[in-house]
Amino acid sequence: MTADNGFRATRRLVLQGAGLVALAGLGNVALDVAPAQAAAADKYPGKAFTLKGDTDAIQALYGKTTEASDKIALDVPEIAENGAVVPISATTTLANVTSIAFLVSENPNALAAYYQIPESTLPNVSNRVKMAKTTKVTAIVESGGKLYSATKEVKVTVGGCGG
Amino acid sequence: MASTIRVRAVSSGDITEVQALIQHPMDSGYVKDAKGQLIPPHFIDQLVFEHGGKNVLVANWGPAVAKDPYIKFSFKGAKKGDDLKISWVDNKGATDSTIAKIQ
Amino acid sequence: MRAGPPIRLGTAVLSLAALALAVFALNARAAPASETPDPVADAKAFRDYFVKKFPTVKPDDFVNGPYSMNQDMRKQWEDMEQFPPYEFALEAGKEMFSKPFKNGKTYADCFSNGGIGIRQNYPYFDEKEGKVITLELALNRCREVNGEAPLSYMKDDMAALTAYMAYTSRGKLMDIKIPNDPRALAAYENGKRYFYTRRGQLNFSCASCHVQNPGERIRAEILAPALGILNAMPIYRSEWGGMGTISRRFVSCNSQVRAVALEPQSEEYRDLEYYLSYVSNGLPISGPGSRP
Repeated sequence: MTADNGFRATRRLVLQGAGLVALAGLGNVALDVAPAQAAAADKYPGKAFTLKGDTDAIQALYGKTTEASDKIALDVPEIAENGAVVPISATTTLANVTSIAFLVSENPNALAAYYQIPESTLPNVSNRVKMAKTTKVTAIVESGGKLYSATKEVKVTVGGCGG
Repeated sequence: MASTIRVRAVSSGDITEVQALIQHPMDSGYVKDAKGQLIPPHFIDQLVFEHGGKNVLVANWGPAVAKDPYIKFSFKGAKKGDDLKISWVDNKGATDSTIAKIQ
Repeated sequence: MRAGPPIRLGTAVLSLAALALAVFALNARAAPASETPDPVADAKAFRDYFVKKFPTVKPDDFVNGPYSMNQDMRKQWEDMEQFPPYEFALEAGKEMFSKPFKNGKTYADCFSNGGIGIRQNYPYFDEKEGKVITLELALNRCREVNGEAPLSYMKDDMAALTAYMAYTSRGKLMDIKIPNDPRALAAYENGKRYFYTRRGQLNFSCASCHVQNPGERIRAEILAPALGILNAMPIYRSEWGGMGTISRRFVSCNSQVRAVALEPQSEEYRDLEYYLSYVSNGLPISGPGSRP
């Protein structure tokens, strides 16, 4: 943020290099699997994204349970301005972080996003999620093979899913 | 057709901060259209950021990620002028990718 | 209209009294037919009212609507402004603006300074035609004069174009002129009258929400102050999942108070835009904007 009045008076619009578009109908994209990653496999955890409730989603994703940690800073609004687009972010001082996951408990599917964090990447991620209604939001941090979590509530007055 | 991916990658010392905004409906499959029919799920499954031949972030997304999704993260070991490759694949098998220069 | 923590009776009575006084003051300001319109005095009184009501808000910040009124919302907005949702419409607008019509001409040929950095001059009163010309209207006229079909006033391409033009004027101060022409004054007064007239099943005027209750909630939404309310247009609304123009907002506001909406760019809407823009003179253009 630069200008006093809160919006950028001058701002570079985009940063784009050479664009490459491949809109394959049913083709697969070969994603490079970095050989020396200590993180979990790059396979998309499809099943975990279909489950209702935090417990089942965490179980499917990690197969472990979490413990609360005050070393995770979860930044969410108190009242979402609109449930369709809620900015949330998590950062942590825990060491050896290999993944961060966001769960929105009251959504039809609790798991919103799961980030694999390689060694040279900071354990800090921001994104925007949909929230169907007032809900607990949990950030899970996988550190040294163990799961830690922080939870906050977000009030949602207009449903984020199109209502 | 223009890329769906907009990126800003700025390095400061050893740390590069990456922000990306991607044009994608991210339909959850729970919303009905004007005729009362469910709009089928259509969302990005996986978004990968690569630098120097290694993944620096793999984002696994579900339908709860907002429309025109945004992400911000930081990683070490890159410098100004390096290439950052971003690619995504969605649940219908469509893909897009782009290469951005780190500023 | 209030939905929030319960208020004590004492403060409620005080608030009601303050409201009544404000309404009285406003009605006193809304001049009887015999009085000569005085837009300069109106604009000063309008601005003074909001600056006084919100002493901690920096005057330029009013253009940020609800974000100038509520800290929690402001933080979400600032987060999103890092890479705002109107980004794609803005890019599309820039491309559209420079793409020639079938006859080879471009939008730049219809506007002074090639259409760049001029948004703050709209709307203006056209003395030849005797009516208020808004930016949206001017864009469609440009198209028609050059053999292109007009755009819908509400969203999509029109919103993308006005987003781009607003962006080139970011930071410039709203600068609406009322020429010394009784028809211009009449249009201004018409807009002002529309603004303060109650309408619809809910019997609200624009002022009911945006003058009497900025910063308060109407159902779940925080109300924006009327001062500078058009400076952020066009806007990406999360509620719409897309962009909307001034026309779209006027139409939806009418619908929301359960009034019959007018046709986009009808005389009353153009005059309303004229009035609202004029009394916000001196505040910076912040468009395109985003809103809940």
